[in-house]
Amino acid sequence: MSTPYAKLPAWADYGLIPLINLLVAFLVAGFVVLLVGENPLRAAAILVEGAFGRGQGIAFTLYYATTFIFTGLSVAVAVHCGLFNIGTEGQAYIAGLGVALVCLTFDATLPWWLTFPLAILAAAAFGAFWALIPAYLQAKRGSHIVITTIMFNFIAASIMVYLLVGVLKPAGSMAPQTRIFLEGAQLPKLNWIIELFGARVRSAPLNISFLLALVMAFLTWVLIWRTRLGYEIRTYGFSPKAARYAGISETRIIVITMMISGALGGMMALNPTMGDQHNVAIDFVAGAGFVGIAVALMGRSHPLGVVLAAILFGMLYQGGAELAFEMPAISRDMIVIIQGLVILFAGALEHMFRPSIQALFASFSPRSVGMAPAKGKGA
Amino acid sequence: MGQAAIELIGINKSFGAVHANRDINLEIPRGTIHGIVGENGAGKSTLMSILYGFYQADSGEIRVNGQPTTIRTSNDAIAAGIGMVHQHFMLVENFSVLENIILGAEGEALLKKSIAKARSELDRLEREYGLEVDPDAIIEELPVGIQQRVEILKALYRGAEILILDEPTGVLTPAEADHLFRILKQLKEQGKTIVLITHKLREIMAITDNVSVMRQGTMVATRQTKQTTVEELAELMVGRRVLLRVEKGAANPGGVKLAVNNLVVRDQRGVTMVDDVSFEVRAGEIVGIAGVAGNGQSELIEAISGIRRAVSGTVLLDGKPIDVTGTADPGELRDRGLAHVPEDRHHVGLVLAFEENENSILGYHDDVRYLKGFLLDVDAIRNDAKSKIDGYDIRPPDCRLRTANFSGGNQQKIVLAREMEQDPGVLIVGQPTRGVDVGAIEFIHKRLIAMRDQGKAVLLISVELDEIRSLSDRIVVMFAGRIVGERGPEASEGELGLLMAGVEQLEAAE
Repeated sequence: MSTPYAKLPAWADYGLIPLINLLVAFLVAGFVVLLVGENPLRAAAILVEGAFGRGQGIAFTLYYATTFIFTGLSVAVAVHCGLFNIGTEGQAYIAGLGVALVCLTFDATLPWWLTFPLAILAAAAFGAFWALIPAYLQAKRGSHIVITTIMFNFIAASIMVYLLVGVLKPAGSMAPQTRIFLEGAQLPKLNWIIELFGARVRSAPLNISFLLALVMAFLTWVLIWRTRLGYEIRTYGFSPKAARYAGISETRIIVITMMISGALGGMMALNPTMGDQHNVAIDFVAGAGFVGIAVALMGRSHPLGVVLAAILFGMLYQGGAELAFEMPAISRDMIVIIQGLVILFAGALEHMFRPSIQALFASFSPRSVGMAPAKGKGA
Repeated sequence: MGQAAIELIGINKSFGAVHANRDINLEIPRGTIHGIVGENGAGKSTLMSILYGFYQADSGEIRVNGQPTTIRTSNDAIAAGIGMVHQHFMLVENFSVLENIILGAEGEALLKKSIAKARSELDRLEREYGLEVDPDAIIEELPVGIQQRVEILKALYRGAEILILDEPTGVLTPAEADHLFRILKQLKEQGKTIVLITHKLREIMAITDNVSVMRQGTMVATRQTKQTTVEELAELMVGRRVLLRVEKGAANPGGVKLAVNNLVVRDQRGVTMVDDVSFEVRAGEIVGIAGVAGNGQSELIEAISGIRRAVSGTVLLDGKPIDVTGTADPGELRDRGLAHVPEDRHHVGLVLAFEENENSILGYHDDVRYLKGFLLDVDAIRNDAKSKIDGYDIRPPDCRLRTANFSGGNQQKIVLAREMEQDPGVLIVGQPTRGVDVGAIEFIHKRLIAMRDQGKAVLLISVELDEIRSLSDRIVVMFAGRIVGERGPEASEGELGLLMAGVEQLEAAE
């Protein structure tokens, strides 16, 4: 007797179920809004309007989404290998050091289009290095990667605080951050693309690293589903025993996957530093690494899902800020509650509605659930 | 025969497109042993799960002792006097026998009273049915046969009058199975009703009063065991005539392909599982390793195929050593012509979440045939998978289907096709037909014989003694990690059974 519920069609798996989870999350969030005495429908309208209503909002939404695409991909790649990388936060943070070193060194001499590739390499290398140590400890010593990556987040934070209040801070400045990068390390904005569609953008930080994020999403897809390495990653992720049987080295696959994961997480550092603030400041990651976990969960670890989920979270960030501004009863913390609910339903309770939806599909169109029609026909 | 203990009337159950049970009618007379046979996926387990309250029937009626009964949960089933002994035991390994028996029937917050009650009740059951078990023994320290007895006691303790046993002999030695059958007969004499689900037709013939055959979700026939034959039952199960005997010519052994010398392997806990084992396999012969599961066979083939490190000893493949104590790697051994069909196809031989074509390259995924630069050559992989699907009659013939959606027999064919089509010099096969239906067993056996006849060396590990006896040219028996004997294929089942149970070892020790 095998499982009574078989696979759903892809559109239901990647589209319908996240949508239902999202609707339930918003429904519950609506009750919370009701509880503090505001109109949930108006709140929803302000949120969506704030995120997508005007060119300005769209640009901010996509700016936040850029950050979450990188961190989401980072978590997703590790998930395919059966690893839970909670350290994207720290990997991105330490990658900021790489970005800072490149930018501070070259911003006076090189144009942005030469600094950018160097900064990408530096961010990826620093992020990968920060993931390498926990990966090695997991592969060789069996130290659980969840624990070690959490610890490495703290180590990264301490190192960066030390550097930013000391070594990297310009003399005489009171802010724990590097000096402002010169033009040679400032990324061009992409707001003009939104303006092409007739919307107006006053000033928004959407920059060229958004395109880099999309390219990385595509490359991640190629990596996971079209390369030998991706095949090995998935084999190990689904079944370490099968990987051993297939002659895949456990150490090698864990280390390589975590380094790719760390590199993707590290690239997140480019967006707020070179793209927006033009410096590396304390706590510039601001929890984006943890949001990446939710993004990967919600996007079912598929690059396209990650991009869509990242845009959703970008919307929550941008629309949420507008909402807190428009509705005084709704504080910044309320926005965190709403985001938390989305994470709860889309991530943690991801499987809550699945069985009933599968049963529903099975009763509608048996063929669509991908069941072998020949079952019981003998082999 | 008296009144029926169980009557099933018009039971239907579907899972999506799969009509697992279709208009099942079944009457099981009280005080009989009733066998239910059928291939995997024929719906036996579903039917029994309905009877035991794991599933609800879509339609139909269950009558217990003539009374229409609704069974929604296993508690309802227990209340109706139905007990079940599962194929995989539902015991808490680090609890004592007594604790396991009262589990779920603890009675009150403090255990003292119920333990005392259970102890006296257990005493009575043991005396009545000859089910001797030490009530204070810890489950994981007991042999499998005894653990099964605990399962039976658990059901009886809850007042079961009707006992369902799902594939009870899969994990037992022939001697343990005989003991089980004696217990079952005793239970029958005491008026209990027993339902025995199995795919071993010989057991059906040996012990049951009546037998029902299921095929593709329907009940195709019920016979009095006395009036049927193994051949008839097999034909009813499969729907066509089946060759139960493997037809093969004499072996024509050539040079030594695989030589194992003084191999010692320990498991994760440091327990020596393979103890100074030596044997060899020649080209053109099948060497079968017989033994009850857990006597070191698994660790032996894992060590030879490079999955598990050996402690000491040497293995020669084509006369050249395999570094089994050091760096032996399954990938390297594949390149040297050693293919391996692992015992556990669900976790080792296949990645069930993969598409079929992805599994058809597992372990050979670094072969240039499947690569285009550092990208996978998806077209080549799929075409290759399609040709294997044709050659091995894998159904459904869809290389994009998720592997989990294939039946056990077809999953096994995916593994066999992958390993055999690489044209290896040595093939190690673990449990080739476990959980595989009769029709596919015939196919797999023919392929293995064909491999032998092409001059390949085949090392076969199986807990099915029948399989070992019908395929092997030489039989090596393992007990407690050691080779306790070698016999020809003509050795009787009784003789091998004694070896497998370590009887000669014991006698020698005494």
